[in-house]
Formats: sequence, C-alpha cells, structure tokens
Amino acid sequence: MEPKRQAKRMTASTELELKSFVLLRLGERRFAVAADHTAELVSPSRVFSFPHRTPGIEGVILRRGRIVPVCDVAEKLIGTRLTTRRFYLIALRRYGRRTEWVAIPVTGECELINAELTEASASDEPHVAAWLSHGGDVIEVLNLDALTPGLENLTVGYVAPSQPGSQTDCGHGAEARP
Amino acid sequence: MPSPAPEKPGTLHAEQIILFRIGQQLFALSSSSVQEVRGADSLSGGASEITAPGINKVRQFVRRGPNTLFLVSGAGHFGLPTPQGILAFVLRNTRTALLVDGIERMTTMTRLQALPLSFCHEERQWYRGLTALDQTVVPVVRPEGFLSDEELMALDRALPPREPSCEETEEELEAEDRPTRT
Repeated sequence: MEPKRQAKRMTASTELELKSFVLLRLGERRFAVAADHTAELVSPSRVFSFPHRTPGIEGVILRRGRIVPVCDVAEKLIGTRLTTRRFYLIALRRYGRRTEWVAIPVTGECELINAELTEASASDEPHVAAWLSHGGDVIEVLNLDALTPGLENLTVGYVAPSQPGSQTDCGHGAEARP
Repeated sequence: MPSPAPEKPGTLHAEQIILFRIGQQLFALSSSSVQEVRGADSLSGGASEITAPGINKVRQFVRRGPNTLFLVSGAGHFGLPTPQGILAFVLRNTRTALLVDGIERMTTMTRLQALPLSFCHEERQWYRGLTALDQTVVPVVRPEGFLSDEELMALDRALPPREPSCEETEEELEAEDRPTRT
C-alpha cells in the first residue's frame, strides 16, 4: 500500500474513534453522555410536581416554552438521591423514532471532552453505552434510553389504544380541542 | 454536530378550562366536559354506599333515572393525602362525579403539551397533557380517566339491585291482576 494512502486511512480511523462527550458529575463520580445527545446546561429552576406513578421522575421544568421532565438518575448510578444540585443537563432521550428532552440533575460543572470509546461488553449494565478514559479515570458513557423511564417500558396492554392521546405518538395526538 | 431539538409538541387552539384544587394540587379540566357542579353534600344526600374490592376511591353512588353515577374521590384517585372533596363535578359522557376541594378559577389555555414520554404509568390515563399557565405547569385531566372499564364493571357488580319505583310497582300489580289466558 502506498504510504500516502495508508496515512490517509489512519487519519480517518482516528477521527472515527475520537468523539465528543459531556462529562457530568454525580456526587464523587463522573459519567459521560455523547455530546450530540445533549442540548444545554441550565441552572436549577422551579420543579413543578403533580401526581404520577413513574419512579425516578421528580416533576417537570419549563424551558424555552417546553415542559421537560426531570429524571434523577443518581439513585441508579451512585445509589443515593442527590441532596444538592448545581445544574440540569438537558439531554435528548429517544423513544423509538421520537426524541424528547429530559433534564438530568448534576452536582457540578460539566466538561466537554474528546475521547476514544471502548465498546461496552455484554456483561455491562444496560445503561452503559461504552467506556472512555479521561484524566486517569475510566468513565461510563451513559445510555439514557436505558437509564431513564419511558413509554417503551409500559406494561403490555396497559394503555387502551381507543383513548385519544394514549398512543406512543401522543405528542401529536394531544391537542387542545375547543 | 448536535442532534436537532425535538419537535415542539402541542397545538395552538383556545380552550376554556376550569382550574380546580384537590388539596394543594392544582389541576385543569376542560369546561366543556363538566355537565354540573354541585356541592358534594347535595349530591351525596341522595347517594347510597358502595364497596367494590380494590376500588377505595369510590364509596358512594347516585341513581339518576336509568343511569348510575359513581362519586370518585379525586384525592383517592391521585393518591393525595386529603379528605373527601366538598364540590362534585358531574363529568359529561361519563359515569363519574368527581369530588374536589375547590375551584380556583376559569381560564383559557392555548397550548396543551402531550405528557412527556418519560411518564409511563397510570398518569397516561389520568391526563390529556400538561399546560403552562402563568409560569406554572398544570396537568389537564382526562374525564374518562377516572374510572377504567374494569373498574366500572367491578362497581356495577357491586351495585345493589334496583328497588322498583312506584310506577314500576303499580305496573307489576296491574299485570298480576289481569286474567291470564290458559
């Protein structure tokens, strides 16, 4: 193989492995979320709560005219709920073909880094999408789809499809009908 | 490159709503789905007791002609630690009279956002969605969500047999007096 072509191929390979991540802090531990799955980092605002039965959701916040659920993932990841929080990391959560924002409370500053990924193995927890190495630490890259609750976790047969707005695409089905 | 922001859900139609309280919690309900607002005492004055296994939120029912209304405790339905309500909303096209603690006000909502998909349990039956009013988020309840088909069937099974009305009794007596053809 020509040296020039080989060098080009190596560069492409390196670029494929280096990805951007947002490092977030929960207590003493750090976790990573793919940067292209994050929207913004916001100061804590009022959490509106109302009766519901989904574990892990504290309530909702209002952000840019949208109502965003607040999912405290600390209990699953570090074993305790957060008593203090400095920011909400607004991240994208996929539900099948749809995406919605979720707000993840974090306890410290977030950091944008580029790092190489190591694939998760079959023995890893479902919420581990991959691993990365940064600053001497091996850090879990989070799979928010597995970590936060969602409609795909519904008990089979729970939602009656005949009821308006109960389908998975209820974002489009919920309308204010005068 | 970051993923595009999710589509902004909700639509822009004005809808008249009633804001009401159960305990300290505020809810909204389309005013078109409320047939009557009654004092809970005036409604429960003609009510009878009912006990259906596993349905603690319903303790009374009212017979209105051929129909039976079940008095549903809003606090019991939503799991709120509050006593029985003092007002009853008779909900149109349902068999529910919802007991609430008070009406806050009537207003108009212009946007109803679907319940975020993170909410994945009974609340999806309870709410049509969420609306933001004066920088507050209020859940908009679904009138049909207070009693499921299974609960209605269980309540129907728990109903005592109807006592015949005066007119029915007279008709039956007349029928007994008529000579029968052999």
